Amino acid sequence: MLRYFLTRLAGAVPTLFIIVTVAFFLIRAAPGGPFDQEQALPPEIMANMQRAYGLDRPIWIQYGRYLGGLAHGDFGPSFKYKDFSVTELIGQGLPVTLELGAIAMVLAMVLGVPIGTFAALHHNRAADYATMALAVAGIAVPSFVVLPFLGLLFGIHLHWLPVAGWEPGSVRDLVLPVAALTLLPLSVIARLTRAEMLEVLRSHFIRTAVAKGLPLRTIIMRHALRPALLPVASYLPPAVASIMTGSLIVESIAGLPGIGRYMVQGALNRDYTLVMGMVIVYSALLIAMGLLVDLLYAWLDPRVRLVR
Amino acid sequence: MSSLVDDAARRLWSNSGTMCAMFVVFGIVALALFGPWLNPNGAETLDWLHVASKPALQNAHWFGTDRLGRDLFVRTLEGTRVSLAVGLVASAVSLLVGIAYGAVSGYLGGRTDHLMMRLIEILSGLPLIFFVIFLTVIFGRNEYLLFLSIGAVGWLTMARIVRGQTLSVRQKEFIEAAVASGAGTARIIVRHVIPNVVGPIVVYATLTIPQIIMLESFLSFLGLGIQEPGASLGTLIAEGAGEMEAAPWMLLVPGGFLAALLLALNVLGDGLRDALDVKEG
Amino acid sequence: MQTLLSIEDLSVSFARPNRNISAVRQVSLAVTARECLGIVGESGSGKTQVFMAAMGLLAANAAADGSVRFESEELLRAASKELNRIRGSKLTMVFQDPMTSLTPHLKIGTQLAEVLVCHRGTSWSEARIAARRMLERVRVPEAQRRLSQYPHELSGGLRQRVMIGMSLMCEPLLVIADEPTTALDVTVQAQIIALLRAMREETNMALVLISHDLAVVAGLADRILVMYAGRIVESAAAAELLRHARHPYTAELLKCIPSLSGPLLERLPTLSGQPPRPGESLAGCAFAPRCPRAAERCRVERPLLEAADTAPVGTAPGGEAGSGNANGARRVACHFPLTP
Repeated sequence: MLRYFLTRLAGAVPTLFIIVTVAFFLIRAAPGGPFDQEQALPPEIMANMQRAYGLDRPIWIQYGRYLGGLAHGDFGPSFKYKDFSVTELIGQGLPVTLELGAIAMVLAMVLGVPIGTFAALHHNRAADYATMALAVAGIAVPSFVVLPFLGLLFGIHLHWLPVAGWEPGSVRDLVLPVAALTLLPLSVIARLTRAEMLEVLRSHFIRTAVAKGLPLRTIIMRHALRPALLPVASYLPPAVASIMTGSLIVESIAGLPGIGRYMVQGALNRDYTLVMGMVIVYSALLIAMGLLVDLLYAWLDPRVRLVR
Repeated sequence: MSSLVDDAARRLWSNSGTMCAMFVVFGIVALALFGPWLNPNGAETLDWLHVASKPALQNAHWFGTDRLGRDLFVRTLEGTRVSLAVGLVASAVSLLVGIAYGAVSGYLGGRTDHLMMRLIEILSGLPLIFFVIFLTVIFGRNEYLLFLSIGAVGWLTMARIVRGQTLSVRQKEFIEAAVASGAGTARIIVRHVIPNVVGPIVVYATLTIPQIIMLESFLSFLGLGIQEPGASLGTLIAEGAGEMEAAPWMLLVPGGFLAALLLALNVLGDGLRDALDVKEG
Repeated sequence: MQTLLSIEDLSVSFARPNRNISAVRQVSLAVTARECLGIVGESGSGKTQVFMAAMGLLAANAAADGSVRFESEELLRAASKELNRIRGSKLTMVFQDPMTSLTPHLKIGTQLAEVLVCHRGTSWSEARIAARRMLERVRVPEAQRRLSQYPHELSGGLRQRVMIGMSLMCEPLLVIADEPTTALDVTVQAQIIALLRAMREETNMALVLISHDLAVVAGLADRILVMYAGRIVESAAAAELLRHARHPYTAELLKCIPSLSGPLLERLPTLSGQPPRPGESLAGCAFAPRCPRAAERCRVERPLLEAADTAPVGTAPGGEAGSGNANGARRVACHFPLTP
């Protein structure tokens, strides 16, 4: 199985490489340069800035330098935040975003699976319809509507939780953003679990488990849960993608200093290197998730493991 | 064929949730199209006497006003119109691209199909919002670019569905007959393949539209989509979020409209899928 | 001899969108300790559903009427908790499809051991040892190795042995085997039948053997019940039934068993026609459309299951089924039963 994992890893590197290259050349192909937004600067100063940022060299050299920098973890300087390099910004923002995203992801699974199982066990009864109705709402209503609504209710109306702002280590600051972020993946996971659980509960091996007089809890936890989780495992990469997307909004609204907010700021300011750096980091994260999921699949279904 | 339609219609009608959703959608669309005429205020009129005022029936500002005194009822409905327009146009683009891609890939089969599907697999894995944002960074905040890039993102699922359908249709005899009678590839695709895949197309189109509206609202919310003075529900919600404390109706009205619209479209799409008994190719 | 399982007037029907389908119609039977009862019938005869009802395994849309008692405890409307005390320990079942009846992601050892852990409170380590011993008892070679294997690593025959082993873990009083050999190769079938025979000899267990194949049942059963269209049509001691079938259906079934010692046949005998579809409402005797002896009376009046030992053809007053005296009494549900 180690060999399988390494081959998949090797396949992921070219994908990342392609993303970096495409992004790089797209930027260079864009009309205008990074300094166009500023008021017209005297040509000598423009030339100086060009030289300082290495923009006066031939494009291949710029590409090479960029790749070289990447290999050292150097994403280049930010064009707007003059005092910081992109690497530093990523370094500051990544932990915040990872914390937010990880909690949201874990919560989505830890709550979504039991909710879906519950709905499956109460199939076609009120509890089932109610939970699934909520799940549809969770999927359809976007996070940038949910978060302000939650803020309005819990922050302004009830004064229970802060609406925005972030202090390192503060739990209360994270409650609303995490709630808004986890809603979509949680609802999807609940739906997937319910559907698959209904199928699994009809299987012959579950009938055998019932005939053996095992208590319901044992049947669900030991016999039914693992096969029912397979679609959830497949959903993990899209889940991470939607959490990443959601973090852009959630961080911006809640004022959390994560890479999502930097990405949005970078986009608004047309800060090329910053945005590029973010794209690369997000893509890398997603690819890593894909690999993890493959491993998870092999664990869930031993038939897969032995075939490889 | 008509009995299939009857069956589907019967199933659809009996599912009250879906029918409810359909009425909501029609309601919102009707309101968006004709609503503004019901109200004396214009979308751009600045009413200095009623700045950021609460919803009230007497002064014709049924949903209140915003910071500049613009009537929220009219403004929200205009925003809904914009969101719907973007949704429909971009969906149409996605649909065309997706159908063409899927039909060609499914029909040609073999290595070409394999490669084309690999491309979709790779693209599906990446969070394409980032690329759309990336494009706005590069090419500036151009509204036509917005349409195009959103459309470019939404075609993947449609392509996959159409390809699946095409593959199964391809085996059928009337295709062989068409080939035997000397029809060219393009003709076969257009005349024979596409009409048979209409069912799933309708379903996924209904599910694509809310995705696209969501995407456009997302970008507009962040300030990367529709720009001032135009407004879509996304921008209105962003404004409203900023004024949450002082004037909550500025958030609740457009937020409520968007939530209702997306929810109804999703339920409708799910219901259609059940009624037409469509499965993913 | 003490009655273990007593079924009285059991009817099972399934609710479908358009109508109700009756699968079991007023079936009564009893199983006594240590006996082997064979149940024979075609698909759709209801033979499996009778025992699904007993085990509490009926589908969600099923409705059951009547009474099923195991050791005097009513099973039919019992709560899961009550049922779980009995099933898996005193009353167990072996299913027909070993391919899909074992949990794919759990090791064989775990699936065997959990029965003891759950019902007897044994520790996992002790239960594992018991599992290995059980594998040896059911003649699974390399028992220790098999404990750590997954179901898909075993052949069909081995899996069925594991299923049988699972059903024996708590030394049950009654084992129900539903078509245990149907999904297996012919050679393996014989082995499984031999295994069941050996298990019967080595333990106290009673066995209900359900099959569409009379030959399978013939080798093991003390008594045989023949079912058709949801009802019992004939009930007799095995030897008697096989020698002289009274019901025309049973007679046809017997004719269908190819014999090495009989005359050379040009065509294998088959039963003409089809059994009634489940849920078809029937006037008169359900077998009448296919019966070579059918008369007008058969199409109109349904024959009751009655004692057949001394009865002349056509008239048979006698106890209805369900009087509890099931042993030894020969019964037939036919207006014109065959005579020896």
